[in-house]
Amino acid sequence: MTSTPQAVRRASPRKRRPATPAAPDPSAVLLPQAEPVRLLNPDGSPLPARADYPEPPVAALREMYRRMVVGRRFDAQATALTKQGRLAVYPSSRGQEACQVGGVLALRDDDWVFPTYRESMALTARGIDPVEVLTLLRGDWHCGYDPAVRRTAPQCTPLATQCVHAAGLAYGESYQGRDTVALVYIGDGATSEGDFHEGVNFAAVFKAPVVYFVQNNRYAISVPLSRQTAAPSLAYKGVGYGVPSEQVDGNDPVAVLAVLHRAVAHARAGKGPFLVEAHTYRMEPHTNADDQTRYRDADEVEAWRDRDPIARLESYLRARDVLDDAAVAEVAEQAEAYAARLRERMNAQPTVDPLSLFEHVYAQPTPQLVEQREQVRAELAAAREGDA
Amino acid sequence: MATMTMAKALNAALADAMLDDERVVVFGEDVGQLGGVFRITDGLQARFGDKRCFDTPLAEAGIVGFAVGLAMSGLRPVVEMQFDAFAYPAFEQIASHVAKLRNRTRGALSVPMVIRVPYAGGIGGVEHHCDSSEAYYAHTPGLKVVTPATVADAYSLLREAIDDPDPVVFMEPKKLYFASAEADLPARTEPFGRAVVRRPGRDATRVASGPAVPLILEAAEAAREEGWDLEVIDVRTIVPFDDVTVTDSVRRTGRCVVVQEAQGFAGVGAEIAARVQERCFHALHAPVLRVAGLDIPYPAPMLEHTHLPSVDRVLDAVARLQWDDQPDPRWLTEGSAA
Repeated sequence: MTSTPQAVRRASPRKRRPATPAAPDPSAVLLPQAEPVRLLNPDGSPLPARADYPEPPVAALREMYRRMVVGRRFDAQATALTKQGRLAVYPSSRGQEACQVGGVLALRDDDWVFPTYRESMALTARGIDPVEVLTLLRGDWHCGYDPAVRRTAPQCTPLATQCVHAAGLAYGESYQGRDTVALVYIGDGATSEGDFHEGVNFAAVFKAPVVYFVQNNRYAISVPLSRQTAAPSLAYKGVGYGVPSEQVDGNDPVAVLAVLHRAVAHARAGKGPFLVEAHTYRMEPHTNADDQTRYRDADEVEAWRDRDPIARLESYLRARDVLDDAAVAEVAEQAEAYAARLRERMNAQPTVDPLSLFEHVYAQPTPQLVEQREQVRAELAAAREGDA
Repeated sequence: MATMTMAKALNAALADAMLDDERVVVFGEDVGQLGGVFRITDGLQARFGDKRCFDTPLAEAGIVGFAVGLAMSGLRPVVEMQFDAFAYPAFEQIASHVAKLRNRTRGALSVPMVIRVPYAGGIGGVEHHCDSSEAYYAHTPGLKVVTPATVADAYSLLREAIDDPDPVVFMEPKKLYFASAEADLPARTEPFGRAVVRRPGRDATRVASGPAVPLILEAAEAAREEGWDLEVIDVRTIVPFDDVTVTDSVRRTGRCVVVQEAQGFAGVGAEIAARVQERCFHALHAPVLRVAGLDIPYPAPMLEHTHLPSVDRVLDAVARLQWDDQPDPRWLTEGSAA
């Protein structure tokens, strides 16, 4: 994956695109292809192989399949946990499994991920304890995992703010001689926020190794893409910052992984950031608290079921004889076991310690916080005496 | 001892910090070759190279957010917001991330960084160049908020800010940048969390920070002619705030005036006045008074002298501290119709 975007364009078998001229127009190199990259048809049948996006190894695709199935089961379990009152809220990423899993699968363990609140599935696919991931949504603390150990920033709810953090972290890593890549998950709505533009621009100016991975699931809660942008596609936003960009069929797992492999390799090679837009669809409401009937038709949602990323990959792997009934059943079993274990662990009431509120405001609490901590300690003691 | 300006002391603090700790990087708008519009970063790029001191795109949220990432990677960023009001685009980054990352992650992540903000007025600056914005930051848990009033403190507090494990908003009074004083660098003055009595006095305590400190020192000299011996306290670190030094003083003097340049309503001075009243009620011979800027958007240069607290206004407040044990006539009519 060391080919330059220019070489990639030249090697592209696409008929409608003119051959790249000898002295290329830089914007032609930076702009995404006119159509999203796709390697599988929606039914899983393969499209002709292409030189610009070689197909990932079978082992990676099988692992991707496994994590997508487990991820979807996790997602369904989390939604169920909201109904049982175990989670305050849950933003589902059902239908976006190829992106959720592809983003983390394209990275090394020592790379960094900058997720949003919708990336619970991605984080579990990265191997983070699902209970620690769901701490935020259960409400016993904000971030439940150790970001430094997991190389994963806290899930970001202020939109697009993590785009700039990733630029700084990636630059800081390369500044200190490490070849770490940072991958930022954001949604279509967040590309309207200023911090998306400032982040991409900073990353470009400082050649920071960042992959900006936009999951365009077509809705920012209720607001459709047409209210976010008049651009031909969100991947066109890279060119203004000098950032090469690509768009991909976000429900084609093979294409998602192939495009992200190239984006990560580009960043790791010291060529600066890369922007990927994945066209996908949020099959569920924004969260369990949302009513999607107010802004989209059931027919529209139904139509996207035919482009299901898991069925697509399964069909492809079966046709290639690298996945059989036994393997599918085994993965399904793993997913069930994962969900059962999560359900069981989430049924335990978490313990919270009011005095911990004062521990991490500063490295050392201020005198004012010490005073307030003593006040709360006295309140707790009085309450315990009242109970006794 | 050498005579130097606060600007020079700040510059020396940055240079010494960069020399002592290679993790320290300085960046912002025009801080590189130009040395900053106030020349606080003068010569740093030439001396330490453009990897350690560099210009960025003109975007304050980007600058602060970039610093968050750099701090996560183990560096010690020191960023410059060119002017007080130009820091507002960065407010979301400061309030939602800089201030909260340690807390959100139970201490797993910390973002030690310094956000330098040239602030406050009195320099004839045009619109959006003279805000006293300290209350916004002081109201945000997780930030330390520091403002020097002397040359030695400028050096020492900035060095301490850069070494601090927590993010520090370092407010630099523009009006004092080019005021000179004797200082012996590398100066180390009192640590964070300690207010300092700049002038001892018996009759009343005046509390101020940053640009208002020289004002109340001047007012104290004028008051001596009227027979009042006034104590002057320089807050230095608004967060963490030193209740002990302030309350010890007020318990001795029995009277307190809090002075600030910022508009008064819901300001830092209001917080200090409330804290003094809560802790010193039985020692007080008069209500705690505030002298502050007017509750108006910062005015045009030709009107700023009306807005800013003056020696006369401070002395007027001192005169109202019920020396003859009579109620303050200003409050007698208010609400009396009811």
